[in-house]
Amino acid sequence: MLNSLLDGLGALGTSPEMIALFVGFGLVVGVLFGFFGMGGSFLVTPALLMLDYPAPVAVGSGMAFVFGTAVIATLKHHDLGQVDYKLGAIMITGTTIGIEAGRASVYYLESLGLAGGIISVAYVVLLGGVGAMVTRDALNSDGGDGIDHEASDRDLDEYEIPEIAKTIQQTVRIPPMVTLRGDVRVSAWVITAVAFATGLLSGFLGVGGGFIRMPAMIYAIGVPVPVAVGTDLFEIVFSGGLGSYLYGQGGGVNLGIVAPLLFGSALGARIGSAATAVVDADGIKIYFGGMLLIGSIAVGIGEIGSYTGNPTLELLGLVLVIGAAVVVAFAILYTTVSSLRQTRRQGATAAD
Amino acid sequence: MPGLEIPTWDPETALLIGTILLEAIVLYVGYGGLERLFGPYLMNLLVGGESNAQ
Repeated sequence: MLNSLLDGLGALGTSPEMIALFVGFGLVVGVLFGFFGMGGSFLVTPALLMLDYPAPVAVGSGMAFVFGTAVIATLKHHDLGQVDYKLGAIMITGTTIGIEAGRASVYYLESLGLAGGIISVAYVVLLGGVGAMVTRDALNSDGGDGIDHEASDRDLDEYEIPEIAKTIQQTVRIPPMVTLRGDVRVSAWVITAVAFATGLLSGFLGVGGGFIRMPAMIYAIGVPVPVAVGTDLFEIVFSGGLGSYLYGQGGGVNLGIVAPLLFGSALGARIGSAATAVVDADGIKIYFGGMLLIGSIAVGIGEIGSYTGNPTLELLGLVLVIGAAVVVAFAILYTTVSSLRQTRRQGATAAD
Repeated sequence: MPGLEIPTWDPETALLIGTILLEAIVLYVGYGGLERLFGPYLMNLLVGGESNAQ
């Protein structure tokens, strides 16, 4: 009975070696997510594609993993009072339609036999673009930039609204207008447009879309950073849940992939999150940008290997994408333990 | 919009997503408990001696 149930959910189709690999990869992805507050999840889908899972399974399982991760993160942010439920409700509507449009595109492309290739190309562009942006940001950083999931304790009113958000708020005044936390007043249509665009990306690539949605909420809608972070996570629970459900109906969610990934990432996220209290993120941000750039190159190499039928290139792509994530995760752990030991030595010297 | 569909009720898929939701909640609570129980011991092991760096 239990066997047939688990088999029906796809949990028995994964070998012990693959389960161990997924737990380990989940741990690495979790450390990155916990530390940087973004980014880990969009390594999962390309890795699954390179492991020769069909595109709907890679995207569907990637999305189910994002859903589970978002549930865990939202539980934490709920206690901090950083969720705007009104903004979240409007965002959910726009994102739902966007996700469905993105998902329909994946199945349409799959029927043409083009899904794997086009999704991989989109990842190359996306990872390359975000990687270049983060690296440039890290090189130019004066220590105050970036989006921090461990948002500070400042009052919401103290956050300055970016100029571009002010311009949008003043020019786009199509009713209904809504007032959000932090005393932000904006047209519901602006929120819906942002939600649709990011939902489309989510449905097409199987990512949470937070790395696009959070900057969009801050720069296009003008909400304070902690509210953008909390509301984004709240929304991913719904959008990721619905997206996973839709992919699950088409057989695209494999519990044998998602469960071990989540098992590892929940632990990794705790470690990564604790590390932010010890290590300055700006120092490691450049590695993160580099990791995304290597990821984009790896996906490209894997695709070339797949088209030319060269298994060595496919393997090289997989090793590069997982290797880059592992190196950055270990850099975080090593720096954290070193910083703790240094703090302890300084404490001991001061006591002497 | 081509391909746009309203999700229909599917008990097996609902069970699948429910399992992932349950796993996430269990992991949040479980790892939280483990962190409280073994966190200080692990910190001592990694950093060495008494540490109040947190």
